Formats: sequence, C-alpha cells, structure tokens
Amino acid sequence: MTDSAGTAIEFVHVHYRINGNQSLVSDLNLAIQRGETLMLLGRSGSGKTTTLKLINRILTATQGEVRVDGRSTAAWDVIQLRRHIGYAIQEAGLFPHYTVQENVALIPKLEGWQQDKIKARVQEVLHMVGLQHDQYAGRYPDQLSGGQRQRVGLARAMAADPPVLLMDEPFGALDPITRAELQQEFMELKKRLSKTVVFVTHDVAEALMLGDRIALMDSGALKGVYTPAAFLRSTDEFVQPYLGAYRAGHQILNAGE
Amino acid sequence: MSFKDFLATHQHEVLTQTTEHVWLVGVSMLLAVAIGVPLGILLSRRPGWKGLVLGTNSIIQTIPSLALFGLLMPVPWIGARADRLAILALTLYALLPVVRNTYVGIAGVDPPVREAAIGMGLTPRQLLWYVELPLASNVIVAGIRTATVITVGVATIAAAIGAGGLGEFIFRGLAMVDNNVILLGAVPAAIMALTADLLLGLVQRMLVRAHH
Repeated sequence: MTDSAGTAIEFVHVHYRINGNQSLVSDLNLAIQRGETLMLLGRSGSGKTTTLKLINRILTATQGEVRVDGRSTAAWDVIQLRRHIGYAIQEAGLFPHYTVQENVALIPKLEGWQQDKIKARVQEVLHMVGLQHDQYAGRYPDQLSGGQRQRVGLARAMAADPPVLLMDEPFGALDPITRAELQQEFMELKKRLSKTVVFVTHDVAEALMLGDRIALMDSGALKGVYTPAAFLRSTDEFVQPYLGAYRAGHQILNAGE
Repeated sequence: MSFKDFLATHQHEVLTQTTEHVWLVGVSMLLAVAIGVPLGILLSRRPGWKGLVLGTNSIIQTIPSLALFGLLMPVPWIGARADRLAILALTLYALLPVVRNTYVGIAGVDPPVREAAIGMGLTPRQLLWYVELPLASNVIVAGIRTATVITVGVATIAAAIGAGGLGEFIFRGLAMVDNNVILLGAVPAAIMALTADLLLGLVQRMLVRAHH
C-alpha cells in the first residue's frame, strides 16, 4: 500500500509559552508526512510532549499555526479534531469503572456506530494489540498488568480508526522485557496500518527501531530531523550524546563476547 | 408507666410528628442535592470560586441553628411560614457537605484518566456524564449521607419556631421536665437518622458493586 502524498500535520513557527515568558517550544517548523511514523526524541524538558499536545489541542500554541490535514487546529472543531486523532499516554488512563470492552467501545459508541459494528471492531482491535477478546473483554483495568493496560490503551486509541495516532511514551513505564515485546508488536502493527503516527520518546533505541524519521528536540527547539540511518551517521552536535549512550550500551554487550 | 407504654398511648401523635419531620428533612435534602450537586460540578469547572463558595457554606454552618432560624425570619415569603423557614435553614445547612463532596469527588478523578478522556474527544458534558460523575458518585453519596444525618438532628430545632416535627416533643418535654416526653421525640429522631444512614450506606455499596 502506497502512502498517500501530502502533509498530515504541520507546525509553522509555533511557540508555546507559559507564565508570560517561559518558553517550552520555540519557533517550531516541522512537516509530518501522511502515513509516516515520526519519533519526537528528546530529554525531559525538551518540549517533545508539549509539541505532541499541540496537535490535539490539549495545549494551544501561543504563537504560530499547527495544521492538521491542511487546516489550522484553531479552525477545527476541537471535538472533531480529537476524534480524528487517537491518543495513547504513558499511564494509559483507562477508565477504572469500565471493562476493557467498555473502554475500547466508548468513542465508537459516542460516534453513533451500530451495536454489531462496535462489537466487531472491539474484537478486531483487541486482536491487533494481541489480546484475546474472550479472555480480556470483561476485565477491569485493575485486573490487568501494566503491559496489558498499555495494549488496551492503544486499542482504545485505534477503536474509531482515526488516521492519526499520538503516542506519549506509551511503553515508558513498562519493564524492559514487556517494553521490548510491545515495541516489536508495534513495529509489526504499523506496517499493516496506514496511519500517521507521532511518537514521543526519550529512548534513542526505541526511536531508531520504530521511527521512519526522528525529530530531535532540545530545550524547546527542533534540532534536526533524520532517518534512523542518517541519525546513526550524523556528526551534528545534539545527536552525539544520544549516539554515545547508544554505542556505550552496545559496547558493554559486545565486550562480553 | 414504662416508655414503651407511654409510646403506645401517644403513637398517633408520634406518627404525625414523625411524618412532619420526614417532610422537613426530605424536602430540604432534595433541595440541597438539587442545588448542591450542580454547584459542586460548577466549582470543579471554576476552581477559582472554591474559596468563596465553600467559605460561605462553612460560615453558614457555624451559625447556631436557632440563630439561623431567627435571622431568616425577615425574609419575604419564606419568613411568613414556619415550615418554609425551617426548610430554607435546613437546606442551607445541608449544602456544605453536598457541595464540598461533589467538588472533591470530581476533582479527585485520576489526572491521566481525565487527560485521556479529553484527548479522546469527549465533550465536557460527556466527560461529566461518562467519567467524572460515575467516578465521583461514591464520594458524593457519602456527602449526601452525612448531610441527611445532620439534617435529621437539626430539624428537631425547627419546632422552636413552630415548624413542627419531632422537636415538638423535645421542647415540650423540656418545659414539662418530663423525660418520657423528651424521648418521644428523641428516640424516633435517632432511629430516623440511623435508618437514613443505613439506607444511604446501602446505596453507596450498590454503586461500588455496579462498577464492578
């Protein structure tokens, strides 16, 4: 399946300031292509999560324009905008008083889908994230492990089949083994979906593995956009600390052989 | 004569006053919930008003009930009839637990849950109906429970301004220096408070079970 041409999301001279003059994002210019998985890579405080939240208008830019599907987010009806975009966060944020089924089915239900269409879709989307419907549909979030909750969170984000998916360090709070599992599955999954994914991470290995392109951020500014291969070859100043950390990890592993 | 026999001979009057008491408490609580819950919801949307609203409610609660009845007497239409006056005062007393618990219950929703709900595209009304109220319901009912028990007690004072209820016996008994007469009012009132507490406790448990 070929990616349809065009820019799905665009940042044009975007600034985000709080408390008068504290700048969390400064002069961001970035175009995200339809169908690509773009990693927003950076340290804590780099502005990557803020940037993500500007897309679905959880935060509003203080200056500049954020465009989704060619239209400024300010011009979109905010509810329509958010229904157009799936949102998966680190804590999952599952509704504790709803079963897995009810959690995943909520947006389709609010969108007015037919009952049988909803049922079919919940089953489909749970299958996509590796959860067996019969086993998990009736469970409550407090009966799930962290990894299972993240899977449900992702399923819920995809339930209404939005063309855009925003993911805010979704695997960050998981143990390394579960994290690796989910990363692997996500890599397989994204090949089958034709969605535009914006993925926030501070983990350079994750960025290299999952991203079609990596947008490196530091102190609220975009330092560069690279393909994984270009990133590894780069001599840019801000890339070096990440490569250093990445290679150090590999050196330790290789030294043991 | 034992209290049981005394109760038996006065049972018709006790029934009348109990009914009046239930009426006073019932109407006041209905008003307190009808005003208090929306007010609590509003506060959760405008936390800046929290100080003013909760502060005012707290002040009302510190006014001794008898004094409050007296202070409200000049109010037009309300002050004209004792039972209206009593209901106004009782409603004002019941407001604080209801408003505060509604606010606390909603504000206590886990931030990631709220963020996910907003990010998913729930309208403010959908957020309230599908997420915030269900999650806050236990705390809200706890507030209503507290308010109801308080109201049953304060309603006995209503008799002092002629609004009727079980306080009638208490005040009469005090004037007559007759313990049995006092108990005629105090015992049914205590039973009513306990019953209300138990019933609302059941509602709370049902709510918890309904979510699981």
